[in-house]
This record gives sequence, C-alpha cells and structure tokens, in this order.
Amino acid sequence: MKRLLCYLRDYRKEAICAPVFKILEASFELCVPLVVAAMIDNGIPNADRPYLWKMCLIMVLLGVVGLTSTLFAQFFAAKAATGFSAKLRHAMMAHIQKLSYTDLDRIGTSTLITRMTSDVNQVQNGVNLALRLLLRSPFIVFGAMIMAFTVDVKCALVFAAAIPLLSIVVFGIMLLTIPLYRKVQSQLDTVTDLTRENLTGFRVIRAFRKEADEIKRFCVQNEILMKMQNRVGSISALMNPLTYVILNGAVIALLYIGALRVDSGILSQGQVVALYNYLSQILVELIKLASLIITLTKTAACANRIADMLETGGCTETEPDMPELSEKGTVVFENVSLTYEGAGDASLTGISFSAKQGDVIGIIGGTGAGKSSLVNLIPRFYEPTSGTIRINGIDSRQFPKTELRARIGVVPQRAVLFKGTIRENLRWGNEHATDADFSEALRIAQAADVVASKPLGLEEPISENGSNLSGGQRQRLTIARALIRKPEILILDDSASALDYATDAALRKALRSIPDQPTVFLVSQRTASIRFADQILVLDDGELADIGTHDELLARCPIYQEIHYSQFPKGGAGN
Amino acid sequence: MSTKLSDRMHTFSRLLKLLKGSKKWMLLSLLLSLAAVALTLYLPILVGDAIDFMIAAGQVDMPSIVRILILIGVSVCITALSQWLIGILSNKITYAAVADIRERAIRKIEALPVSYLDSHASGDILSRVIADADTVADGLLLGFTQFFTGIMTILGTLLFMLSIHIPITLLVVVMTPLSFFVAKFIVSKTYHLFQKQGDTRAEQTAFLNETITNQRVVQAFGHEDEVLETFDDMNARLTECTLKATFFSSLTNPSTRFVNALVYAAVGITGALAAVSGNISIGGLSCFLSYANQYTKPFHEISGVMTELQNAMAYADRIFRFLDQPERPADIPDARVLEDADGNVCFEDVSFSYVPERPLITDCNLRILPGQRVAIVGPTGCGKTTLMNLLMRFYDVTDGSISVDGSDLREITRDSLRKNFGMVLQETWLSGASIRDNIRMGKPDASEEEVIAAAKAAHAHSFIRRLPQGYDTVISDKTGGLSQGQRQLLCIARLMLALPPMLILDEATSSIDTRTEQKIQSAFQTMMQGRTSFIVAHRLSTIQQADLILVMNNGNIIEQGNHDTLIAQNGFYAKLFQSQFAP
Repeated sequence: MKRLLCYLRDYRKEAICAPVFKILEASFELCVPLVVAAMIDNGIPNADRPYLWKMCLIMVLLGVVGLTSTLFAQFFAAKAATGFSAKLRHAMMAHIQKLSYTDLDRIGTSTLITRMTSDVNQVQNGVNLALRLLLRSPFIVFGAMIMAFTVDVKCALVFAAAIPLLSIVVFGIMLLTIPLYRKVQSQLDTVTDLTRENLTGFRVIRAFRKEADEIKRFCVQNEILMKMQNRVGSISALMNPLTYVILNGAVIALLYIGALRVDSGILSQGQVVALYNYLSQILVELIKLASLIITLTKTAACANRIADMLETGGCTETEPDMPELSEKGTVVFENVSLTYEGAGDASLTGISFSAKQGDVIGIIGGTGAGKSSLVNLIPRFYEPTSGTIRINGIDSRQFPKTELRARIGVVPQRAVLFKGTIRENLRWGNEHATDADFSEALRIAQAADVVASKPLGLEEPISENGSNLSGGQRQRLTIARALIRKPEILILDDSASALDYATDAALRKALRSIPDQPTVFLVSQRTASIRFADQILVLDDGELADIGTHDELLARCPIYQEIHYSQFPKGGAGN
Repeated sequence: MSTKLSDRMHTFSRLLKLLKGSKKWMLLSLLLSLAAVALTLYLPILVGDAIDFMIAAGQVDMPSIVRILILIGVSVCITALSQWLIGILSNKITYAAVADIRERAIRKIEALPVSYLDSHASGDILSRVIADADTVADGLLLGFTQFFTGIMTILGTLLFMLSIHIPITLLVVVMTPLSFFVAKFIVSKTYHLFQKQGDTRAEQTAFLNETITNQRVVQAFGHEDEVLETFDDMNARLTECTLKATFFSSLTNPSTRFVNALVYAAVGITGALAAVSGNISIGGLSCFLSYANQYTKPFHEISGVMTELQNAMAYADRIFRFLDQPERPADIPDARVLEDADGNVCFEDVSFSYVPERPLITDCNLRILPGQRVAIVGPTGCGKTTLMNLLMRFYDVTDGSISVDGSDLREITRDSLRKNFGMVLQETWLSGASIRDNIRMGKPDASEEEVIAAAKAAHAHSFIRRLPQGYDTVISDKTGGLSQGQRQLLCIARLMLALPPMLILDEATSSIDTRTEQKIQSAFQTMMQGRTSFIVAHRLSTIQQADLILVMNNGNIIEQGNHDTLIAQNGFYAKLFQSQFAP
C-alpha cells in the first residue's frame, strides 16, 4: 500500500481534509448524549421549558453542522480516491507499454488486465472508505469511552472492560472466518470448473457415455461445498448473539453501578442515561470498523499486487544513439542462442546464417523447433542469450529499438486487428501512408478484394479483435499492414496458414514483384510455401539441422525429406 | 405490470417449492425470530424501568433494580440463543436449496439436446449455475434473517411505543419514513450516474482487453504512445463520472443520519416536555430515545432486502428458465441395443438443417460397406462436422433416415450407438482427472498394461513418462503443461484403448507437427483395419487411400468416388487438389 501512496501526492489536501471533516462530524455526534443528559437533569426537574427548547435547538444545530462537515468529507474523499486511481491507472498503462516480451511472458496478459480493472477499482474503493471511516470509527469508540470517563470514572471502567471484549469477539470471528471463506471460494471454483468442463466437453462426455459418472462427480463436490458453507456460516452466526450478550452484560453492570452511584449522590439520573447511550454507539461503530478492516485487507492485497506489477520489468536502460548504417536489409546471425527466462533448456542453440538484401529465407521445422523464437530475435522482441545478430551491418543491440522496428514489417502468427476502420488499422504500419501506398500494399497482400467486398471500403469498421472478419481476411490485412511501411525486412511468422493454397501462391508471387525488395523471412509448416526460397533453414529442437535450397535439402537432409514426404508422398503429384 | 407481478409470484412459489424439504426448519426459525424480536424490543422498556428506580440520591430502589437486571440478563441470553439458532437454520435451509438447484442444473446439462448446448454460450449457462445460484442464496439468506425480523421489529416497536406514549409514537411514525424517502430519492437520482460509470468502465475494459492481449503487436508497430494517449482520454472521462457517482451516492448515509438526528431531537423535546407535565417518566423517555434510534434501521434493512429479493427473483427466474428447457427425446421403448456393429452405414434421402429456414443437407444417399474408409474433404465450414453430428446422433435428421447395421439410428439406444463409435475431434477435450483416467474413459476396466500399450500406440507414452507424476498427472487448465499437440495425442490414446467398431477421425494436423503426425498415422492405419472409418482428411495420403471420398461444399455432398475417378471428373475435387501444388 505504501508503495502506491506517491500517486496520492497531488491530492494531499483532499486526503487530509476528508478525515478531518469526518472527525468533526463524529465529535458533534458524541455531544448529543450530553445534551440529552442536560435536558433530563436540568430542564425536566426544574420544568424549564425555554431551556429544553434551547437544548433541542442545539441538537438540531449539531445535526446540521454534522451533515455539512460530512458533505465536505465525502467530496474530498471521493475526489482524492478517484484522482488517485486515475493517476495509478495511467502509470500502470504507461508501464505496460514499456514491458518487454519477456516481461509479458512472465506476467501474463490476463494478470495485467485484472490488475488494471478489478484490482484498481478495489484499491480506489478502499482508499475512499479508508479516508472516510478509518479514523472516524476508532474516534467514536474511544471518544465515547473518554466521554464516559468525563461523566464518571467508575462507570467508565465498564466501558474499558466491554470495548476490548467486544473487539476480541468481532475481530476474532472475522479473522477466524476469513480463511474459511477463502476455502469456500476455492471449493466453489472447483464446482465452477466441473460445470465448465461439462459444458465445453459435452460432445466427448456423450460420445463416451459418461453422463452418469459426471453427475456423480459433480454431486460429491457440490455436497462438500454445502458442508463447508454451513461450517463457516455457523461460526459467523455467532457474531450477533455474542456481541449482543457482551453489550447487554455491560448495560447490566452499568445500571447496577450507576444505581449505587446515584444512591450515594455522585451521579444524576440523566448521566446514567447518557452513559447508556454511549454504550450503544460503540457497538455500531465496532462492527463498522471490523467490516472496514476486511475491505482494507483486501485492498492492501490488491495494492501490493499492483505495486509488484509496477516494479516488474520495463526496460529502463537508455537506448544507444543511432549509428551510421553501411548496409540495408541484411541480417546475420553469429552463433546465436536463446534461453527463455525460467526455461530449463535453450530454445535456440548456435544458430548462424546470413541473408542479403532481397533474399527470401524459409524457416521450417516441427512444433517447438524454435521457428518463431528465431524470427522474434530480429526486431529485438527478445535478446539473444549469447551470440550476435547483425542487422544492416551493425550489432542489433546497438540499434535503437524504435529505429530498428520501424525498418521491419512483422506479420504475427495470430492475425490481430484492432477496433477501428480498416484504414486506421493499416495506418499502424505507416502513419503517413498515401492512397497509392494503401492500394499497393493491399494488392501485394492479396487483400484488395477484401476491401472491395466491404460496402465502406477502407472506412469499413472492424470490431474488437477483428471478429467481424474471417481468419483469412484478417490475415491478409495484417500482411498489408506490414507491407505498407515498405519494410527493409519482412517477417511472415506462419502467416499464410489461414490462406488457401492458391492465395498463398499468389501472395508469394506478388512479394517477388515488389520493386525495392525486402528481405523476407518466411516461417511455415508447409514445404510448398517455402520451396522457392533462396535459403531454407531447417530447425530441429532449437538447432540448425541444415541450410540450403529446396533441391539441396531434399537430396541430403533427412528431416527435410521427412517433412516434405509427409506432405507430398513419394511418387505423388508433389514431385 | 400485472403479468410481470404474476410471473414473479410464480417464480416465488417455485422457489418455495424448492424449500419444501425444509418446511419444519423454516417454521422453527420463524418462531425463534418472533421470540428474539419480542425480547429485543422489551429490553429498552426494562432499562427504562430500571432508570426510573434511580431518581436521585437516597431515592434508589436497589432490590427492584436488581430484580429487573436479572430479568434483563435472562432475556438477553434467550435472545442470543435464538439469534444463533436462526442463523444456523437459515444457512442450512438456503445452502441446501442452492445445492439442490446446482444438482438439478448438472442433470439438465447432461440431458439437454446437443443443439441447445451448441447454440448457447457456455459462459451464460455457467453463470446461471454458479453466480446466479449464489445471488439467489444471498437473497434467500437475507430474506430469512432480516425480512421477518425487520417487519416484526417495526410492528413490535410500534406496539411498545404506543403502550408508553401515544402522541410521541405518532411523531416517530410520521417522521421516520422521511429518512427512507431521502435515501430512495438519492438512489434514484444517482442511478444514471452509475449507469454512465458502468458504460465508461466497460468501454475502458474492452480497450484494455484488446490492447494488452495484443501488446506484442502494439510494440512491434511502435504504437505505444498512441495507445497511451487513447487510454488517457478514456481514463479522464472515467474519472469524471466515477467522481460524480461516488460522491452523490455517498450522500445517502449522511442524509439519512441527519433525518434520524432530527427525529431524535423531536422525540427528545416532545418527550422532555411531556416529562415536565408528568405524562412520561425519565425511564420512558430514555426508552423512547433508543426506540427512535432503532426504528429506522429495519426500514432500511427491509428496503435492502427487497432489492436483494428482487434480484434473487430475477436470477431464480433465469435459472428456472434453464431448468425448464426441454430435454432430448428419450430412446423409443423397444429400442435395439447395438452390439459389435458390422459397420454397414446407410444414408437414405437424408435431409438436415440446423434452422428450418436454411436447408443444409438435402436428399443425401450413401451406402458404406463394413470396413470401408470414407474421406470427407472440402473447404472450412462446408458441413463436415454436420455429418459427424448426424452419425453420432447428436442431431436427428430432418427427413429420410440413417441406418447402421440395418436399423434406423432412432431405433437404437443412444448409449449403444455411441459405444460403437469412437471419435477424435479437433477440440481436444480432456476431463480434469488423471491422465490414466482420461485414457481409460472409453474402457474403465482396462488394465495398466492396456493403458500403456494404447499410450505407446498413440506416441504419448514417452511424454507422459516424462511428466512429474507420470500417468497420475492430473490434467487441469491452471497447471497447464500440456501442449495442444500432446492433448491431441492423449485423445488418440483414449480411442486406441476403446477401439470401437466404427471410427470418426478429424485429422487435426494443426497441432501436431508433421513428423509426429506421420508416426501416429501408421497407428491409425492399423486401427482402421476392418473398421468402418469416417475421416475428415487434410492429408493427401489419407485421401488417396480412401475407398470413398466425399467432397462437400455448402453442406452438400457434391462429388463422391475414389481419387482416380474424381480426378478424371475434373470437377471441384480436381481443382481443390491441384491448387495445393501451384508454384
């Protein structure tokens, strides 16, 4: 929690004013029993009607002043809390923008989204409540006790005994039940998982005729859940009766001692009534305080998670200055290895090759062979664990990321588009693209007919994640998005998988026709897609098994042969 | 409105029916709450009486006070005991009701027709079974604990107050609803603020979802600054409406407290004036003041409970609507139990459509002999899955008939029909149990050797052995661990063990690399020996070796025959085939 306090700095004034006004209100509330006591002791015995009216007016005034100060308090608290969370959200979003791929792998996107939504909301709520109530409730509890002491010390000892007892019961039961409730929650998760399993796997369950078994499995967990709920429930059900007994025990003691003190003339009847009123105020506030503390524990947990996130990753190193470039579109790997953080084995070991401008480099290999890892190193999404990568003649680590990425067009494996129009999406590739650029990129990416088929053309809106387009359409648009920046290096990470063979072939042909030809990295599972590449890298379990043209590899590389013949059986039309 | 009301009453009466089993417990808790309320309300009177016995120095009736204090002690203990019992009882009643709802729901899920499950989002059904049922429980629980006691407290307070002093009672009765109205007024005024806040929040969440999920793309295109800018704009709007919503809604408590303070002052002054004229004792006044404090509480509680109950009703209605869904038709009375089918499959004039307006398969005729291999090819979405759905009788044909071993599918028990089919689909569903249990799914009594043999045949044995717990590893989404390809291998092992007489294979090449796939392929070949097999084929070798190729497009079988005849036809199939090998 402390680590996040800096985001409250701009709202220091509000954060101080809120509790101050709250305490002001509480003090006025504490005065009320004294006024009532005065009415009983002075006004009624003397039949002093004007005095009684005056006291009544004071009570109303206390109410009005109390209301006004709360209004201020609520406003300041709301202002501080919302302002705080706005700053926090901004800081988090800015931080996320700076996370490296490695950080993103480690933290996970769903975690990031939870942090930015429900966790921040919880913290905002907690800050708001804390500013309003954290000081108020203890103030009333102890205030009431102090007021009691000013009335009569001996009677006040009853308070001094009752308050700790009540606190023990209220906080004790809460502390006892919190872990139990957590267990109930995780059991509920189990039941949820079972239900989800039955909903997503119904075809398989029915195919294997497991309906009755699944019902039995569910009922067992459901029963456990019910038992756990009842167990926690019976403990929390103790809270009200126990506090009721303690409080009224205190009332009995107070009345007994009070009676003796009145008899000996030390206390008045009105003062006994005042003490009785204070006692009832305490219980209400203690229960409020306990539930506030539960909320705040949750808040603190969320705040810690957020603070951890803000401290994780995010490259702080300064980027090098842009060096002089001697070459264009060349990529050289020198004995490059990559081990992902937290992984036991290397994903790439000792990869060396070089690509000239305009080369088409095919990359093929089984699942997990390291194809994507290899191309991800080129735009510095990941840094190699050892070895050197030279791009345009210089060590990629000396190449400022923004400059480097501006020269590379990436078409990721998953065709991702964003909410907006087609034009806006393509602009991601190049802010200043002209109409000619648009039609050129669309033509090469075989996406011209996608745009033409839309009533609004380039202005056609795209829904979130491009869900209103088919996989193939999305894929072609992402290719166009990469091409529109006229990249020196183009990376197609298995990007043609959603395209049918004919479109795939047309795309490859069009790529060849680009005037200022980029160096192309083509990752694929299909030998048909890469057979015309200048060089084909065959990856096997992170190692470069062989390198060569299609014909060379087909003649000598067993892995390549195996891949190829699994797709085109010997003697079939493939050869 | 009236129909809505009657609907709600209907839902309510069904909820009560669910609680039927707990009738005597409900009655008991009702009686207990009566006792608890009466005694709670009697307490201020006893305290007031005690105060009246201590007028001033020397005027204190100690024996009477002690008598009253003992009375207070006893009634407090009884109240506490009944409060505790009420708590336990209402837990018991509501949790049992919810467990019952959930059990009915799972039975329903297993019995619904596949068409319902296919056309309804699983998330929606899930939220009905889990979250909605919880809301109903919360509503019921609050209803029990607070609704009755609340109403009884209000009535009881009124009675007790009337017995002490009528005019002051009237004053309290007239004034207290004020605080209630103030609260209602604020809630209704802030409603649209919360709505706006919710909308803005939803917008921001959607944006976050999209950009953070695709953060890698954002960075690849150097779009970080633009994203942050858009976000800040949304953030500013969200902050503004959150501030308004938070502030205005936080006015409720202070405002009602203020109204209560006014009531308190009014009771104080009228009570004091009455005491001056001797119409009420000091103890009576003190008693009134504590009633005035307490009286408004049940009003707020009941209004809270009403909202909760309304929610509970709405959600209960959602659950009931789900539970009311018609189940799939039962097997016909004298349905045939199919055992070890030969694998003779016949389609006669089969027509089928998911929605009546859009006919999909029309007049399909097929005759498949035992042991034949049928390859189904065609572009995505051409209806390959539909054929599988019909064979497994997940859906019934609209017209015509499909028969296995000479019996119409509808005249065979579902159970025995499915026992004769084995399938591997692209969706690799595994149960949250151990790997061994997953493989044994189709043959629960299989021995350990059989399980391992099947795993070996599916090329899954070596990776299973390398898992920390081997065959005992429990599959779960959280521990993850298994790649899509490995899951696929397990599904294949599952089928290898069961080995039913007919096979349905969706050759999902997407998740397994071609080398491993080729190894599995050889296992498939052995498995298909002598079994009628339906294969959704992506691979040339499978297609070429098939006895029958069905070429599907737009739901219909447009060409059928073997590879050579189809190539010779030079139709859709030939075009599809050639496009794979274009330069």
